[in-house]
Amino acid sequence: MKIILTSVLVDDQAKAERFYTETLGFVKKRDIPLGEESRWLTVVGKNEPDGTELLLEPDGHPAAKQFKAAMMEDGIPLAQFGVDDVEAEHKRLSEAGVRFTQPPTDFGPVITAVLDDTCGNLIQIAQLKQQ
Amino acid sequence: MDELYRAIADPTRRAILDELVDRNGQTLFELCGRLVMKHGIESSRQAISQHLEVLEAAGLVITERDGRYKFHWFNGEPLRAITKRWPTKKAKHNKQRKKNDRKRNDT
Repeated sequence: MKIILTSVLVDDQAKAERFYTETLGFVKKRDIPLGEESRWLTVVGKNEPDGTELLLEPDGHPAAKQFKAAMMEDGIPLAQFGVDDVEAEHKRLSEAGVRFTQPPTDFGPVITAVLDDTCGNLIQIAQLKQQ
Repeated sequence: MDELYRAIADPTRRAILDELVDRNGQTLFELCGRLVMKHGIESSRQAISQHLEVLEAAGLVITERDGRYKFHWFNGEPLRAITKRWPTKKAKHNKQRKKNDRKRNDT
């Protein structure tokens, strides 16, 4: 079995599309209308057109908002993305107005930072140190 | 002051204070990550939350909402009572006094 899709619940798909592509730098892959104004909307890494897709799903389920708010309050990210240089990404994204709840922090084998995706989620970016 | 001493008696709570002194204003998530990676403390988030409540009751941690996030801040103010009660200024004890008296008499 392979992991081909993962998802984040977003409060607004248009806003999410903009943030995940224009700010984070992912590339839109699928955009299929589903009725009731929602879409099957996925993005992939710029250099990985056939890689694992990230689904930007509407968070309309009654339990979703409460869950997201509780996670956000405790600083818990709901997705993690790999980067080559967390310090550089932190600088670039901060200058673009992105809010971080945790600056780049060295945790031993990995350096991580946590940012707000503007759609109700915290996201962790991680850099695995070269051995 | 019993509450204060009980708060700092626990090693996990002392580690929490260490981490907040290292970088103040952390989310529960960051704090838990640091406790695992740097101190080998693998307690659940709930357990760490409970420790934070004890520290808050003693006034050593202040928890503040900032929009949708909650940040925990170290507050050293309650610790002043300890060094006020038992001052850290070095008091000259008898041996040193007698040595100083001998020096003065010799010159």
